[in-house]
Amino acid sequence: MSESETEDGLAALSHRPDVREMTRAAETAVLAPVEPGGLPDALRRALASRIAALSGEAETARGYAFEGGFAAVCHPGFAGGGDPWLRAVLTFCDLVTMRPRDAVADDVEVLRTAGLSDADIVRLAELTAFFAYRLRLAAGLRLLKDAG
Amino acid sequence: MSEVVRRFTRNVPHWRPRITPVALDAATPAQRAALEVTPSGTKVSDYVLVLAHDPETLKVRSPLFNAIMYGKGGLGRAERELGAIGASIVNRCIYCAAVHAARHAQIEKSPAVTDRIFAEGEAAALGPRDRAIFDFAVKLSRAPSEAGAAEIAVLRAAGLGDAEIADLILSVALFGWANRLMHVLGDPVRQDGG
Repeated sequence: MSESETEDGLAALSHRPDVREMTRAAETAVLAPVEPGGLPDALRRALASRIAALSGEAETARGYAFEGGFAAVCHPGFAGGGDPWLRAVLTFCDLVTMRPRDAVADDVEVLRTAGLSDADIVRLAELTAFFAYRLRLAAGLRLLKDAG
Repeated sequence: MSEVVRRFTRNVPHWRPRITPVALDAATPAQRAALEVTPSGTKVSDYVLVLAHDPETLKVRSPLFNAIMYGKGGLGRAERELGAIGASIVNRCIYCAAVHAARHAQIEKSPAVTDRIFAEGEAAALGPRDRAIFDFAVKLSRAPSEAGAAEIAVLRAAGLGDAEIADLILSVALFGWANRLMHVLGDPVRQDGG
């Protein structure tokens, strides 16, 4: 679809069409998987927006933002309110996005204590880690394009 | 007993998961497909078995990784590894840094570049082309906005074409992903008596 070619910023990967297609497939796998486990699609999309905002990519953050359930998660200032499960998810997401080098075993243990299964911890880590890739890829390709 | 490795090394440590890996004999069809389990039962790493908890992502992640790091043409193998190493230094992924520094040394038939990076860190004094690649990797890894037009100009001045720069962006970005799994979901350890 030619519209998405320009909109998702991956047009510069014309020399690696397989990478471009697999990047799109990976985004679908973390944002709208067939088996979402304990992480509903609305939360996944809100986390994508939050990660973009945390990473200084305001325009991308707006692109993922939406109204309705979990919309508060889009805003990095929101820490999860009174929901301990959501607080643990957001604390982990923010840490892995901004300071992955500081992550320790306890950060995984906190998720478990909050009630996340091993599978949901891996799903959350994959989603957060994927967007670190996706945002850097888009930012880098944008730089290359702007450099003319 | 085993001890967590905290210093950069090319001597690849053992990776100890913080999440229980999927048991191969209990894996679902989707997990088995993502693991591409061979009938002969080739050993699958604990890392991949941990990621098998999310088979939909793993299934696309493995071929994507290979296409970015080993796809034909474009940026040379060692220079893609240098991008991976830059990310792994910033994110302090000891395990990733070890694997990819060992690969870099093997491809280059010299440990000189990675010795210098491990000794001097992000500011390591390297040849102009390696320095441009490593500097870009470090900055893009810190935050998407840290790399700018100036870094692209330095890469071009060092002789990189746009397809090579795009390949570098891919390898650095990919390790923003890989480091966040490897370093977050497990510990690099050295086992006693080994």
